[in-house]
Amino acid sequence: MENLKKTPLNETHHKTNARMVPFGGWEMPVQYEGIVAEHQAVRSQAGLFDVSHMGEFEFKGKGAKKLVQFLTANDIDRIGIGRGQYSLFLNKNGGAIDDIIVYRLGETTYLIVVNAANVDKDWKHVQMVAKSFDNVQVTNRSEEFALLALQGPKAEAVLSPIANRNLSEIGFFRIRKIELAGIPVHIARTGYTGEGRNGFEIFTRIEDATAIWSALIASPDVSPAGLGARDTLRIEASLPLYGQELDEATTPLEAGLDRFISQKSGFAGADALEKQQADGLTKTLVMIEMIDRGIPRHGYKILDRSGNSIGKVTSGTTAPYLKKNIAMGYVPPNHSEIGTELAIAIRNHALKARIVPRPFFKR
Amino acid sequence: MSDIPEDLLFNSDHDWVRIEGDTGTCGITDYAQGELGDIVFLELPEPGDFVTQGESYGIIEAVKTVSDLIAPVSGEVVDVNIQLTDDAALVNDEPYGEGWMIQVRLSDPSETEFLMDAHAYAGLVDE
Repeated sequence: MENLKKTPLNETHHKTNARMVPFGGWEMPVQYEGIVAEHQAVRSQAGLFDVSHMGEFEFKGKGAKKLVQFLTANDIDRIGIGRGQYSLFLNKNGGAIDDIIVYRLGETTYLIVVNAANVDKDWKHVQMVAKSFDNVQVTNRSEEFALLALQGPKAEAVLSPIANRNLSEIGFFRIRKIELAGIPVHIARTGYTGEGRNGFEIFTRIEDATAIWSALIASPDVSPAGLGARDTLRIEASLPLYGQELDEATTPLEAGLDRFISQKSGFAGADALEKQQADGLTKTLVMIEMIDRGIPRHGYKILDRSGNSIGKVTSGTTAPYLKKNIAMGYVPPNHSEIGTELAIAIRNHALKARIVPRPFFKR
Repeated sequence: MSDIPEDLLFNSDHDWVRIEGDTGTCGITDYAQGELGDIVFLELPEPGDFVTQGESYGIIEAVKTVSDLIAPVSGEVVDVNIQLTDDAALVNDEPYGEGWMIQVRLSDPSETEFLMDAHAYAGLVDE
């Protein structure tokens, strides 16, 4: 794994006996104690994730708002200073280049958090688009930040004693500059686990990452959690993963992300989405729960009741907290009604399943 | 490395068999369960099915992976550990005990000469 990038916590993970795997060009911990135990720790107490591989782009200047508004599908007029929103970069066909979080840090300063595997692609896209905009300075600061996520019902209680301000004042999807254990950080109430208000993401300088990690992991309520649990948690919460539910050939309308799309036009991909809206969708993302025993997995075929292939599973897993076997996948809209019975092809068996409401799990 | 029971024989796919008379009880090794992580699902044959040495006789699924179970011996399945249907994690907890998978009536006892003893298997997983 010599050619892989390492987060500032790499040594800490090795010392904690993490199992390390390559992910998006980085050497990352996939599990410590075990995926199921880590998943349950997040649902019952708190799990601490190193997600420093994520990328961060900064947009600064009088023209920043105009550029970010054009680059992202959600409406940044809706976010004041200190707020964030889920959004997407779209191509001209309305397909997803990446799904992102946009934070407004100041009157004319925005920070966009992008997926690790897409940093290079996104950065090229941003630079290309930025050429046509004035009075904005765009910086790829991905190498300057470490990012830790503390997720679970005990997260706020763990952070409060070492925070220099009252965390209960920080609302969902709000970001604030505070001190943790005397170290300056940006903290946002968000996450990728379905924990809602029980989740925090902490941006630190590279050199402070180990100190913050140590301060948090010292709590008996905090377990280290790896990318394995992060994946089962996000599937349980019906959250899309770029590369599985989202890609350049899939629009946010197909992925059921309509509420994150600006009603105004004037962003990249808007015309294509408008046309798709008018023409109707050919595929739509559905939530599937197994009736028969079997674990649906990425790539397995989705069958209608007559056994015809109607789509594919994009993500599937056994859900440790819900204790069900669940999947997400794309099917034609006429097969997407809640309650529809269908089947998943698992090793030559057509195993019964049904479409259930989204999300599978909500805090 | 935890102790490897001396009374078992092993194939290179990390499956073990305990030979008692003309029957063999099969499972996966402690090393294998550790590598797989949390076992969440098993697909096993039924009594009366025939399994063949070196071929898949079932499926073992961890949270993130799907793997074949490779029969260490050939024979007719005479018993299946139905406890694993509701509690696949037994394979993690007691790979050499309650986490056994199937019992077969050996069709060719001489096949055991292709298997490793505990000492040889310990050498394989120490590499």
